Amino acid sequence: MSNGNGAGNGKLRIATAWLGGCSGCHMSFLDLDEFLVDLAGMADLVFGPLTDTKAFPPDVDITLVEGAVTNEDNRELAFALRENTRVVVSFGDCAVTGNVTALRNLLGEPEPMLQRVYVEHPDLDGQLPSEVVPALLPMAEPLHELIPIDAYMPGCPPSAERIKTTITALAQALIDGEPVPKATEWLFPDEARFG
Amino acid sequence: MSRGNGRPSIPVTIDGQEAMAYEGETILDVATRIGVRIPRLCYLEGLSVWGGCRLCLVEVEDDPRYRLSCATPVVAEMAVTTTNWELHNHRRRIVEMLFAEGNHICAVCVSNGDCELQDLAAETDVDHIHYDLQHPDASVDASHPKYVLDRERCVLCTRCVRVCNEIEGAHVWDVGGRGSDSMIVAELSKPWGESPSCTWCGKCVLVCPTGALAFKGRAVGEMRHDPAVIDFLKTARDEGKWYERQEAR
Repeated sequence: MSNGNGAGNGKLRIATAWLGGCSGCHMSFLDLDEFLVDLAGMADLVFGPLTDTKAFPPDVDITLVEGAVTNEDNRELAFALRENTRVVVSFGDCAVTGNVTALRNLLGEPEPMLQRVYVEHPDLDGQLPSEVVPALLPMAEPLHELIPIDAYMPGCPPSAERIKTTITALAQALIDGEPVPKATEWLFPDEARFG
Repeated sequence: MSRGNGRPSIPVTIDGQEAMAYEGETILDVATRIGVRIPRLCYLEGLSVWGGCRLCLVEVEDDPRYRLSCATPVVAEMAVTTTNWELHNHRRRIVEMLFAEGNHICAVCVSNGDCELQDLAAETDVDHIHYDLQHPDASVDASHPKYVLDRERCVLCTRCVRVCNEIEGAHVWDVGGRGSDSMIVAELSKPWGESPSCTWCGKCVLVCPTGALAFKGRAVGEMRHDPAVIDFLKTARDEGKWYERQEAR
């Protein structure tokens, strides 16, 4: 599919990203079972927790982004993937609404939450993680607060069926050269459901 | 349903469908009777009309304003459109605002899968929230031995307030506060468990459209509401008729 800097073997280039989420959406993705074989036939998986690529590659066709934007690492990756992807999909309730990841926002700034979890917790020796781990942003936010999104796939996690429907529709739209909003219109109302 | 005596005598058109309405029927009454679904949240058959959620607004021909179908009585020759792109879009924005002003985390809610807000989001194509999420610091009242009130999930539909006052006759609930600080309060702001007038009947829990009111001890997705029980009780009381109905779990 790609004709820019990508591999250019006629296949779609698909990536996934794991921001502030539980990886349940990725588990649901693996739940696609034999469709994964079909998917491998029409697309290359070029980035994500399921590959061993360190930096986000250029010229990606579809990126499924799981999780809310909750730390500096997430923010950096979100900008990088937006810059290099044609169709960014907000993948699952955390990316779409913040969901469980955003529960910490009720406590305001991250410090009170860190205190409660790491310092007041009896089993963690009262230590705050400060090295290696990326710093938390003031608020955990849905992905669309940070970057423009082309399609939303709610669900916690979205069912394998919903993932299949969405990927198939988007892939077909890209192959046909159709605009994306038109491709996802027909997914509603049954396919858009929180929780 | 407020149905007048005698035969239906008022001709109306709803989404191109012609129907005869009874004197005093609202647009929503007639639409429901002829099988046209109008989205609604605060309205509940058997309770008084509150008209607060604004989801049931409809277009009436030659009327410059949208009308609340739950609170507008039909008049002869009325032509109503219950849905078009604009109405759909208004409803979608209303549902998004409801999501934005609470902490609606479906994934960890007792009512996941049995929630009218969740259903409405699907019905009105809400796939994300355009507005800034408010993350209000609302409180949980778990002082009642049998039930729990989680204000973070409350959409202020006032069904609990109305059912407690009108059907049970206890009037435990009220809306306290103003604006974005509005919240459901028991006994003019006491812990629910200390309420001397609560009869433990649980009707408020059964009619709650979201997970705001729930039975204690239910885990994620385990709560089942039964709002239709109110019409059943009302009919029994007013007409002395106990009709057959499927009970919720």
